[in-house]
Parts: sequence; structure tokens; C-alpha cells
Amino acid sequence: MELFMRIMKSTIGGKTLVGITGLSFALFLVAHMAGIMLMFVSAEAYNKYGHALISNPAIYIAEAGLIVIFVAHLAKAIQLTIKNNQARPQKYHVAASGEKATTAVQKTLWAQGLLILVFVILHLNTFKFGTIYYVTYDGETIRDLHRLVIEVFQSPAYVGGYFVALLILGFHVKHGVASAFQTLGVNHPKYTPMLKTISLLYALVVVGGFIAQPVYVFLFHKGS
Amino acid sequence: MGGTSTETMKIKLKIWKQDGPSDQGHFIEHTAETVSPDMSFLEMMDVVNEDLVNSGKEPVEFDHDCREGICGSCNMVINGNPHGPDKATTTCQLHMRRFKDGDTVVVEPWRAKAFPVIKDLVVDRSAFDRIMQAGGYVSVSTGNAPDANAIPVPKVDADEAFMSAACIGCGACVAACKNASASLFVSAKISHLALLPQGQAERLERAHAMVTQMDEEGFGACTNTGACSATCPKEISLENIARMNRDFLKAGLQRRK
Ligand code: FES
Repeated sequence: MELFMRIMKSTIGGKTLVGITGLSFALFLVAHMAGIMLMFVSAEAYNKYGHALISNPAIYIAEAGLIVIFVAHLAKAIQLTIKNNQARPQKYHVAASGEKATTAVQKTLWAQGLLILVFVILHLNTFKFGTIYYVTYDGETIRDLHRLVIEVFQSPAYVGGYFVALLILGFHVKHGVASAFQTLGVNHPKYTPMLKTISLLYALVVVGGFIAQPVYVFLFHKGS
Repeated sequence: MGGTSTETMKIKLKIWKQDGPSDQGHFIEHTAETVSPDMSFLEMMDVVNEDLVNSGKEPVEFDHDCREGICGSCNMVINGNPHGPDKATTTCQLHMRRFKDGDTVVVEPWRAKAFPVIKDLVVDRSAFDRIMQAGGYVSVSTGNAPDANAIPVPKVDADEAFMSAACIGCGACVAACKNASASLFVSAKISHLALLPQGQAERLERAHAMVTQMDEEGFGACTNTGACSATCPKEISLENIARMNRDFLKAGLQRRK
């Protein structure tokens, strides 16, 4: 523990924590995205998958793990952002341009993180802790999450908000995944360009997958 | 070759003046009336200073020495870009032909908490010296230069080490980084020894000591934006930072102290 704390106190240790937690969460996102794709199979498959997840006692461990990962990522990143800000008390009057510049996405990673936090809270509040409908399959009554999802995504405001949140998430993970590997010390002329492509593909697939659902519901489930 | 140009340009300058670390600082405005496109940026600054002195004003202090891109002292942020707009260039290697007649050019010092302004454009980079003192050396006596091939070093490693050793310690990486991080400098210094046999004995201890000193000096953390490498006059690669991170983490896990 003492060793862990000592490493964490350094900037590199801190960044390593941000990288590992970020990558872990990125893995969760893939699983989550793949799971909800069952919507395109059937309402029954979707609801049964959800039920299988929440009826397994291991869910509490998994949820606790996700919360720890999320909070650690956010807390360490905020702490580092504050340190980074203090490292340049007086800002430049003119911003760099061309190749020497830093992109807007790179400058606002912390803000993206906070917006994603807001989104996650709203998201959990809408679905996990939202209205509970029931449906019966083969004599077993389980939660009808499918109905709630269809209901929620009728609102253009919600779909719009969802879209914006996922776009932010996309930019965040596109930088994050590649960056995490660099922080963890993986940089090689052969593999780094590949990792950057993987990072981009990851962002496109995950965000594309998540966006597919509200767009599909909004366009093809009108009034149902 | 092209010979010299006879046309001159008018350049409007906004230059940072600051009396010391505790002074607030401000911009002075000055128009350089007859700038030759063949002048280097520093020669242009010399002319500006001459104008200022002739009109009874205080000249602008700036650091310079070799004026050929090897000492790393000519540090200026020009229109937001450390060492100006060009890649792989120091301010002394930047020519005025890069600007147009009538351009406004804003000149600022490196800005970082760890690099306090001494005066105007001159900053105190002794934080870098303290990082080097923390471990940027090989402490066993290495004697005379060994015979060629007495210590076998694969060519690729020698080349890599040489590229890392090309760092002139100017601090443009810190100036360019949104976090004023010194990661590129420190990692280059760690790498050029980590890549050679002579550097192995103290490799992890060195990484640990230098990174710890870097943090203590108040530099920021690395966000992997790559602005440092894009700005570096010697084009030091981000591979060095990954190597530093590996060595530092390994040191953290393996040290017995
Ligand atoms: S004066 Fe030496 S590098 Fe520019």
C-alpha cells in the first residue's frame, strides 16, 4: 500500500492510474454496447439479458468495481488538471498555431470528463433507477426495460442530448485509448500508428453502436 | 544561391517587458521599420534594441549565445509558437523572410511556474540543471574514450541514443506543453543513457530520481498531446516519454528503498 501511494504521488504514477482506469472503463463500454445491441434482436432478448445481469449477485461486485474505477479516474484526472494549471500561472497572450498547437479536444479533456459524469448520472437515473414496468415471459415476470427505452427515446430532446453526450465520449476515448498506451510505456514505431488507428476505430464502433439505438427507436418506433 | 534581398519590411512588434519574477509585466509596442528578410529573428531583435537605446529607452533582454541552433538559449515564444512557426528550428535559425511586410509579431517569454522570468524574455531554467544533478549522469569513472567496438552497442541503439542526446535543453517542450510539462526533456536525458551499456547500472535509480525532481520543480503532467515533440528544435520523439514512464514505474516497483 505504501508503495502504491508513493507511486501515485508522482505525475507519472497518477497518469498511469488514469490510463489503467480509463482502459478498464473502455472495456466495460464495449460490453455494455454489445449487450444493448440485443434491442435489434427482440424485446424479449433485451429484457432477458437485463434480467440475467441484475439477478446475478455478482452484479454488486461488478457495479462497485465500476464505481471505483470511474471515481478513481475522475478524481486523479481532476487532481492532475489542477496541478497542470498551476504549472503555468501566467497564460500566453497568443495561442500556438499549426503543428505546435494543442487541439481543442486535448485542452478540454477535463471538461469532457465532467460532462460525461453528468451524463452517466442522468443515464442511470433514467434507466437503471427509472420507471419499472413488468412483462411476463413463460410465466416469469421480469422488468420490461425495453418499454422504458422505447418511451424515453420518443423525446427529441433526450435523443439530441444523448447524441451530444456520445459525441463528447467519442472524442474523449479516441484520445484516451491511444494516450493510455503511451502513458503505460507502449510506444514503438511499428505499433504506435496501429494503436492510434485502433483508438479511432474503437471510438467509432462504440459511439456508433450506442447512437444506433436511440436513432433507431426515434425513427422507427414512433408512437409505439 | 539567392544572394541578398534589397527590399525591406515593416514589422510591428509587441514584446514582453518584465522587471523580475514578481513584476506583473506588460507588452511594449515597437515598429521595426527596415527589416531585411535575410535577417535572423535575433538580428531583428538586435536592431530593435538599437532603436530603443537610441530613443533613450531600455532595451529588451533576451538570451542568446551560439546563434546556430546548438546552445538552446535563444528562447522566445513568437506569435504563440516557441521558437517561431517553423519545425525543427530555434529562434536564432528563424529568418525574417518567414514574415510579411506589415505583420504584427508578438514575442513572449517561456511561461511556466518552474521557469520564473528573470527579466523580459530571459527565464531561469535552473530547474533543468537540478533535474540533471538528480541523476542525469553516469557516476562511475568511464576513463578515456574506449576503443571502437570495445563496448559493443548495436547500431540501432547507438542511433536512438544519439537522437535522444540531441536535446539541447532549451525548454521549448515545456513552453509548448499546455501543462508546462518537462516530460520530453527529462525523458530524452533519461533515454540517452538508458539506451547505452554505460547507463545500465544506474538506469532505474536515475529514472526515479530525475522524475521525482521534475515533479518537485512544479512542472505539469503529460497529456500526450505531442505539442512538445512538434515544437522541439531537435525533433525528440515521444518514444522517449514512453521509455521514461516504463523505467520510472519499474523503478517504483523494484526499488528496495
Ligand atoms: S542562440 Fe544558441 S540555439 Fe539559438
